[in-house]
Amino acid sequence: MISNPNMDIDNLELETRNLKPPTARLARVDARGLDYRELNRRVDELLASGAGEIEIRGVHGQRYIASRVRRPVSFRIHGTPGNDLAAFSDGVRLEVFGDAQDGVGNTMNSGEIIIHGRAGDIVGMGMRGGRIFIRDEVGYRTAIHMKEYGEQRPVIVIGVMGQDFLGEYMAGGVVVILNLPPRNPKSFSRPPAFIGTGIHGGKIFFRGKLEPYQTGKEVGFDRPDEKEMEFLSGIIRDYSNYFGLNLAQVVPDDFIKLYPKHLRPYGRLYAY
Amino acid sequence: MKSYLPPEFIVERREDRCIRCLTCVRQCGFETHVYDAEENSLLSREELCVGCLRCVTLCPTRALTVRTNPSESRPNANWTREHLRDVCRQAESGGVILTGSGNDKPIRSYWDHLFLNASQVTNPSIDPLREPMELRTYLGRKPDALEPGEGRARESECPNVRIETPLLFSAMSFGAISLQAMQSLARAASEYGTLFNTGEGGLPAELVDYGKVAIVQCASGRFGVNWEYLNNSAIVEIKIGQGAKPGIGGHLPGEKVLAKVAETRMIPVGTDALSPAPQHDIYSIEDLSMLIYALKEATSYRKPISVKIAAVHNAAAIASGMVRAGADMIVIDGIRGGTGAAPKLIRDHVGIPIELALAAVDTRLREEGIRNWASLVAAGGFRSAADVIKAIALGADAVYLGTAALVAMGCTICQKCYTGICNWGICTNRPELAKRLNPDVAARRLVKLLRGWSLDIKEILGGMGVNAIESLRGNRLQLRGVGLEEWELRVLGVKGAGE
Repeated sequence: MISNPNMDIDNLELETRNLKPPTARLARVDARGLDYRELNRRVDELLASGAGEIEIRGVHGQRYIASRVRRPVSFRIHGTPGNDLAAFSDGVRLEVFGDAQDGVGNTMNSGEIIIHGRAGDIVGMGMRGGRIFIRDEVGYRTAIHMKEYGEQRPVIVIGVMGQDFLGEYMAGGVVVILNLPPRNPKSFSRPPAFIGTGIHGGKIFFRGKLEPYQTGKEVGFDRPDEKEMEFLSGIIRDYSNYFGLNLAQVVPDDFIKLYPKHLRPYGRLYAY
Repeated sequence: MKSYLPPEFIVERREDRCIRCLTCVRQCGFETHVYDAEENSLLSREELCVGCLRCVTLCPTRALTVRTNPSESRPNANWTREHLRDVCRQAESGGVILTGSGNDKPIRSYWDHLFLNASQVTNPSIDPLREPMELRTYLGRKPDALEPGEGRARESECPNVRIETPLLFSAMSFGAISLQAMQSLARAASEYGTLFNTGEGGLPAELVDYGKVAIVQCASGRFGVNWEYLNNSAIVEIKIGQGAKPGIGGHLPGEKVLAKVAETRMIPVGTDALSPAPQHDIYSIEDLSMLIYALKEATSYRKPISVKIAAVHNAAAIASGMVRAGADMIVIDGIRGGTGAAPKLIRDHVGIPIELALAAVDTRLREEGIRNWASLVAAGGFRSAADVIKAIALGADAVYLGTAALVAMGCTICQKCYTGICNWGICTNRPELAKRLNPDVAARRLVKLLRGWSLDIKEILGGMGVNAIESLRGNRLQLRGVGLEEWELRVLGVKGAGE
């Protein structure tokens, strides 16, 4: 299990307690000793009996939590959920008081995931809608093949930094990297490379500077326009609220915008 | 740049028959035929002709003939006409040569070297016209054992899907084929009691009612995949690879992503729909298992989960891993499998024939004692019920029909699917072309094909003296090889004829 020694779980919980919807019926599950199948079945039963908010404690790597939930239910997860957290989910609001593993929000359709720690690889792979906020770092290939459709426009916000191939094959949606100083200075080693390789839709906002080697050849650079600045202010505000942080020093002016130079990156590859 | 490519086809028009009705002009989406009103004459721009025979078929006076261009440069067994052509095309474009349909090279067809058995004297053959013959097949994992007294497998442990004939329609996505073509496949599957496959392009809103006869694919692009899509299905299939293009992904070019296709794939109109070569959450058997169980969780363990791979060198070992990873059905697609678009080199040179891969996979799963954990479906260029029945004897539970289904709808295998122009209305989304395919007619033709092939299978089974397809499944003693090397017989697990 990846854990962050600096994390004060109890305090984080206090910070976010006032975000709960006031009327939802709360149900509690103790995940200790349950495998994921049993845990997810337990969740189904609670939902069937009318729970509107579910708190799961003692989570130790159980996979696929909330992956077949399709209503605006709130989840509060204590511990470390396993791979494919909320994969294929639709409308769930899920908070993790701990770190998450690979595949958070895989092919997610809508909803919101808030992680009070770090997450592993392929966060938001093929994601089509909803928002994911991660307080600290994420692993490789974040937002790979993320897309958008109609009103659905997914957003991933990373507090600290991602790893190589962030936004690879990205076809839509927005990734915001706040590039805040890491909580644990040892938890992060080197700057990411190949950001946006094969990108053909969507945008990435990166706070700070990037060296040329850090981005794919399909990426163009610009400053965020006025509307995007406004969007970024909202994201910074939400991030500060979710994680109880004062981010007065983070301003939209510090961001660069990465966008696809071509919408058809492979259009001229073929002989017809 | 002037093209040095000679026309592939020549068009001959019998002036004594042509009545200037201009059907040919209207029917050719490639705009081969041009009418000169002033001269009242018709001209054929032969360099544009793809040899699809639409004009020939529809010409009311049979005035047209299309033939392969007989002009020959000096005969050369090494530098074939095709090689010359391809060098020329690449010298003129600098690109990768695309093609459609399945491999057209004379690869050894093992089906043609395998012969079936029949009853003579020692056990009686059965007349399928008078006696019931069972083609019904169940797809999904089968339990290792049944408890005494327990008639059938526990539904929750092993969801199985019933099909009335071991013939399924293969994956062809909306966007590659027209809505009319997909609708025809869905209706035929529904009517005959089998399944069609959505491919990776989602299930169009018009076909939502056919979910119960749909195998829905979850591929690397995850197009159109959400909870409703996964749960409105008979089977969920993870597409790892395809026989026509093992190891590579798909690019549906932006110009084919029209409003309807965009809606079904859930992407903006006009963007390239890129399917990455790998699924980026699957880099290992363990990762595959993770997606299999993610899909089982998302569908509450009610659907069999299928995994489809292209037949490649280590197919048997990979298949074993797939089954152990939790797949309830595995699909092996051989080197003759079709495609809407693939680089020609990959279509023609990557992968191995389905016959060898199928035999190797079935043998391996049997040896490991896990054959019952998953149904085994073979795909890739099945041309007749004879091929199908031989595949079943080699160990397949069912086969996927792609090209044969397209031909039933009118396809003449001109291999121009990648252009987005299909004069038969099958592999196109141009409304004026797509509407040529009438789903009422095409569905009827497909049902008749299923019926005809099913009758063929019953006849052959009866001749062998068995009355259920189950009795033939994996029964390689019913096959004998002719003209095969020792190693080929060994891989196929069959004896030589006369042995």
